[in-house]
Amino acid sequence: MSAILEIHDVDKHFDISGSFLDQLQLSKGKITRKRTVVKAVNNVTLDIQPGETLSIVGESGCGKSTLARTVMGLYKPNKGTISYRGDRIDHLNSVKMLPYRTKMQMVFQDPYASLNPRMNVRQILEEPVRFHNPDLSRSEIKARVSEVMLQVGVDPVWASNYPHEFSGGQRQRISIARALVVDPEFIAADEPIAALDVSIQAQILNLLMDAQEQRGLTYLFISHDLSVVEHISTRVAVMYLGCICELATAKELFSNPKHPYTQALLSAIPRLGGKIGGHVRLSGDVPTPINLPSGCAFSGRCPHVNERCMQEIPAQLKLESGSVVACHGIEEGRI
Amino acid sequence: MRTRWQRFKQSYMLYNFLRDPVAITSFIILAFLVFTSFAAPIIAPHDPYDSSTIDIMDAQMAPAWIDGGSSEFLLGTDAQGRDMLSTMLYGMRVSILIGVGAVCLQAFIGIIVGLLSGYVRRLDNILMRFADVQLSFSTYMVAIFIGAIVQTMFGVAGYDRVAVPLLIVIIGLAEWPQYARTVRASVLAERKKEYVEAARVIGLSRIRIMLRHILPNTLSPVLVISTVQVANAIMSEAALSFLGLGMPITKPSLGSLITAGFEYIFSGSWWITIFPGILLVSLILVINLLGDWVRDFLNPKLYKG
Amino acid sequence: METLIDIKNLRVDFALRSGTVRAVRDVSLSINKGERLGIVGESGAGKSVLGFSIINLISKPGKITDGEIIFKGHDISKYSYDQMRKIRGNRISMIFQDPMMTLNPVLTIGTQMMETVLAHMDVSKKEAEKICLEKLTKVYIPSPEKRLSQYPHEFSGGMRQRIVIAISLLTSPNLIIADEPTTALDVTIQAEIMDLLLELCKTENMGLILITHDLAVVSEVTQRIAVLYAGKVVELGLSEQIINNPQHPYTQGLIQALPQMAGGKKRLNQIPGMMPSLLDMPKGCPFEPRCTICIERCKQEIPILKELESGTQVACFMRNGANKR
Ligand SMILES: Nc1ncnc2c1ncn2[C@@H]1O[C@H](COP(=O)(O)OP(=O)(O)OP(=O)(O)O)[C@@H](O)[C@H]1O
Ligand SMILES: Nc1ncnc2c1ncn2[C@@H]1O[C@H](COP(=O)(O)OP(=O)(O)OP(=O)(O)O)[C@@H](O)[C@H]1O
Ligand SMILES: [Mg+2]
Ligand SMILES: [Mg+2]
Repeated sequence: MSAILEIHDVDKHFDISGSFLDQLQLSKGKITRKRTVVKAVNNVTLDIQPGETLSIVGESGCGKSTLARTVMGLYKPNKGTISYRGDRIDHLNSVKMLPYRTKMQMVFQDPYASLNPRMNVRQILEEPVRFHNPDLSRSEIKARVSEVMLQVGVDPVWASNYPHEFSGGQRQRISIARALVVDPEFIAADEPIAALDVSIQAQILNLLMDAQEQRGLTYLFISHDLSVVEHISTRVAVMYLGCICELATAKELFSNPKHPYTQALLSAIPRLGGKIGGHVRLSGDVPTPINLPSGCAFSGRCPHVNERCMQEIPAQLKLESGSVVACHGIEEGRI
Repeated sequence: MRTRWQRFKQSYMLYNFLRDPVAITSFIILAFLVFTSFAAPIIAPHDPYDSSTIDIMDAQMAPAWIDGGSSEFLLGTDAQGRDMLSTMLYGMRVSILIGVGAVCLQAFIGIIVGLLSGYVRRLDNILMRFADVQLSFSTYMVAIFIGAIVQTMFGVAGYDRVAVPLLIVIIGLAEWPQYARTVRASVLAERKKEYVEAARVIGLSRIRIMLRHILPNTLSPVLVISTVQVANAIMSEAALSFLGLGMPITKPSLGSLITAGFEYIFSGSWWITIFPGILLVSLILVINLLGDWVRDFLNPKLYKG
Repeated sequence: METLIDIKNLRVDFALRSGTVRAVRDVSLSINKGERLGIVGESGAGKSVLGFSIINLISKPGKITDGEIIFKGHDISKYSYDQMRKIRGNRISMIFQDPMMTLNPVLTIGTQMMETVLAHMDVSKKEAEKICLEKLTKVYIPSPEKRLSQYPHEFSGGMRQRIVIAISLLTSPNLIIADEPTTALDVTIQAEIMDLLLELCKTENMGLILITHDLAVVSEVTQRIAVLYAGKVVELGLSEQIINNPQHPYTQGLIQALPQMAGGKKRLNQIPGMMPSLLDMPKGCPFEPRCTICIERCKQEIPILKELESGTQVACFMRNGANKR
């Protein structure tokens, strides 16, 4: 089976040092130029198989959204390649990218910010169809939009209403409809349920899973709700400070987490009717992606840290179970 | 499914407006002033631009209710014998025309510059520094400079013809950075929102995203400053006229009427200055009051002063 | 057990132009000394308004229109602003979702903490500082002496929330109201904060009202849970009872909708529809439009809370025998 999307050794850094004058700094009587770089994504290698749901979990600020946006071509990676069904797409200009835009779509987190408040639902949904299929007639476009609206559970009667007239869950349905309306194969969903109510989350998740079944979609699913991730994913990648520390099938990861960070993360999930206090306590603070540790990104908080972890960045190690872990401790058999 | 009109009737804007007596009063007065000024050729009793109907013998006649007044000239006449009421109506039309025209020009330049500098990061520095330079010249310096050149180029007679477009250009050029800054600020806020990213994921071109997605969402602050700017532009024009750089006395605006009457105020003909003055003040006042309401309604935090 | 705070038939209304929003309707709750109560419900159910109304901090168009809040024998819902200020932050503290709502970004942590102590207690500056250090140690802030002179932005989100907790502990309150204290934080930090809150409640014998929309979190921390729906308490009982044996169809739906309850199926058990707008409430039971077991009577009458044999109180005609005719 060949991957639908291959991400190879991708780095994404943001230069936040501002204009030239802001970068100049006076130190020890000398003026030097200093740059501040946020290393949001570092050396990420991933492949996404057709029809699967690959989830990315990790703490806030670990680079999940940045990775998804880089995959979608919203950011250009600083290093590495991204290929869609074998074709490199990371360096394409916006015109060459167009054919891939109908194949890859994205659903965003904030249902309030992701719909243009000045456009009504019909305009929002018709725009992508018309843009990618200029020769469709009005009625064909309309039919296509109505069909997708029905599929996501928004009555086409509401097409002339504006986003602010809908609830958060309905807006998220419209967002999903906008992604589906160009008939994509791959959807990156960046925390699509994080802003929704508990009783609505299940509706949206069901909608996403139904759409996957009907259209054979592949998902890159980002969430920090681990129980949701466990339920809907085929495979899960755990990110920490821009690096992938563990990648395994959902079953394997949740039943047998290898990486110390994964273990800490899983132990912290609140369990219905459980008792608090059993979680792995991490010492230290989350470092910022501006000053990355020189060795393993997790070395500052890891309970199993040794000298080597502080010096050397761990390589991705493929285990027998098929999962991939980046940890010196596991490589050396210490953990 | 509702029509636009139904939407408008149910909108919060109308409700808020109807609850605000100041806004309603201002709106009614403004509508009345604008209507009468543009209907001046029909409703004004005399035509001040037609020199054949003007009789110098009628000069400086007092308003009708004062001794020496004539019922033919309700608010008296000016130093050239023109009917004050008609001249003021025509003058207000010129003032409003210049004010609105200048603001359209400002908005046009300002919105384009603001959009570009907000959305195309590379242009940002250059355009904004350019705006700073522009702002550091005062309107009057620009006006004195251009006005003097044009007056010598065209002569006094020719200047009459180009005065209105010239003033529009002068005032328009002087104040566009206001718009550019406002639009840029809201473009910077909007471009981070996810709907813009969604538009990029669809593959729309930058220009289309700018015009179709970002621009409509930056228009509220533009509307807010527009009301204030119209009032400012009318005031600028009046001030320029007062300095002798604005509308010539043959085609007076409210400002040049005030100036013209100023010489006679001590000879007892106060009405030549006072009536246009009152009209100008009320016009500016109602525009500003209405502007306040628009500002409070659209965004209580956005633009103060 | 001594009752700490007793809320009786509380009603909070927001008079808006489009009508009256009844954010809290006839809510009666009581908390014993040292007891931990969880309030769950979806967004807009009135959880925050309920929390705010206890300390009389409802924002403008909102007003307590009926009911009483008995705290130490006095009805504090009728207190004036000044009277309330003595209680707020002294006997009852509140922790918000966004720590920056409590912290002033331009003052150091030390200044802010000392201010609180000096305002509420009659102590010298030296002693005040000692109290601050003691509380910072309690919330596990490392090297608290150095931290006192730092500004809020120098801390991470989790640390800030811990500092807010330290501030709310300064005056040894009897009750802490925590309004979604960890919603903005990561799971690992959430677990730490919850752990900390739980420990503090136990050691200091404080009451806790934990407001959240996460059933799993409350089930871990609190002894009793009140489920709020459209401004009404629809179910109230011991945490184990509510989690293992929910009675109200809404609570059942919430629990069944959790991914771990899907029972091997791919599809989750969703509750259809959404909460009605508080402006446009159905005449009968607020959950009736989404309910799968409703009867004709649910459309006409609002069910009231009745206690079942298990001790759980539930507002549903189909569940409590007392409500059945
Ligand atoms: N456009 C940008 N410019 C500068 N820095 C950025 C930009 N986008 C993201 N970052 C930084 O990159 C890091 C990763 O951010 P990202 O949004 O990918 O995190 P995330 O994992 O999605 O977090 P969350 O769970 O909060 O959404 C953060 O430290 C963030 O501050
Ligand atoms: N200042 C206000 N003006 C008008 N209505 C308000 C105001 N504050 C709250 N409300 C209304 O009261 C209701 C309850 O709001 P509340 O903030 O308590 O919800 P919540 O349960 O805390 O939700 P969330 O989980 O989103 O915090 C809402 O429907 C809201 O419309
Ligand atoms: Mg993100
Ligand atoms: Mg709330």
